[in-house]
Amino acid sequence: MGGMNGRPDGSALVTGASRGIGAAIAKALAREGWPVGVNYRTDEDGANAVVDAITKAGGRAKALQGDVADPGTADALFSALEEEFGPVLVLVNNAGVRADGLAPMIDDDDWDRVVDTNLSAAFRLTRRALRPMIRSRYGRIVNIASIVGAVRGNAGQANYAASKAGLVAMTRTVAAEVARRGVTVNAVAPGLIETDMTEGIADNLLEHVPAQRAGTPEEVAECVRFLASDGAAYVTGVCLTVDGGLTA
Amino acid sequence: MAATATREEIESRVFSALEEFGAEPDQINPDASFESLDIDSLDLVELAQIVEDDYSVQLKGEDMEDVKTVRQAVDLVVSKLG
Repeated sequence: MGGMNGRPDGSALVTGASRGIGAAIAKALAREGWPVGVNYRTDEDGANAVVDAITKAGGRAKALQGDVADPGTADALFSALEEEFGPVLVLVNNAGVRADGLAPMIDDDDWDRVVDTNLSAAFRLTRRALRPMIRSRYGRIVNIASIVGAVRGNAGQANYAASKAGLVAMTRTVAAEVARRGVTVNAVAPGLIETDMTEGIADNLLEHVPAQRAGTPEEVAECVRFLASDGAAYVTGVCLTVDGGLTA
Repeated sequence: MAATATREEIESRVFSALEEFGAEPDQINPDASFESLDIDSLDLVELAQIVEDDYSVQLKGEDMEDVKTVRQAVDLVVSKLG
């Protein structure tokens, strides 16, 4: 249903979309009429379930396997989507990993794995996305950051925090570069959200959340839906926190 | 149309791209500098993309560094096709 509201025909790519926040984002963008590429690394069943849910609701989606930390993955994902659904006009860099530990205990592998997936992969996907977006005079890139790194520190996550802070800095910089071509680049920084990834760290944080509850993946997805919409055309280079007031 | 494009065709494509970027049509000629046409670095990135799409010519950042005029850009594409 691309083309409605005057936006060009094209598709959306969500990385790490087999579950959690990424799955919620994929469904939200599909409801907006975007055909969605549902990228996953290992959870094929999860990705297929997301595609089924979108299809049953009348949308279009395709599961796309690929580890974004692999430099060749960006082009493979884009080429697959371009062939099936047309140019990728919405990119959501959501895939992320954690390898926590106090700094003296984070080895090179743990550092590299987190930075490669959370930051370097997002750059490669952004670079691949930009040229078609620039030529289309339309594009929406949303990077899923975190309040950790983007807003505050968190003991035990030096690698994760550095990757997310870098992601927000990249967001601002690229936003300034391409704003005059109708391409926006923004970040969303979730706080405590109920997902597999935050299992076990919720309890000690919850008492600090003014909203007195964890957020849901759907509440993060709603922010992404807005930033990816026509209505957000003049919003670029921002980092929108979604944290129930945790960093207020 | 890779490799079969003539210099005239390439020049014509570059001219139309520059016009699309907002350059004044009557100012566009081979000797015009990009600076005088108000063509900036992002425009050149897009020009490189257009050339890549239309002629299957890959232009890298280092190729574009010394390109200051319309003629130099056309020369670069012609030399890559050659």
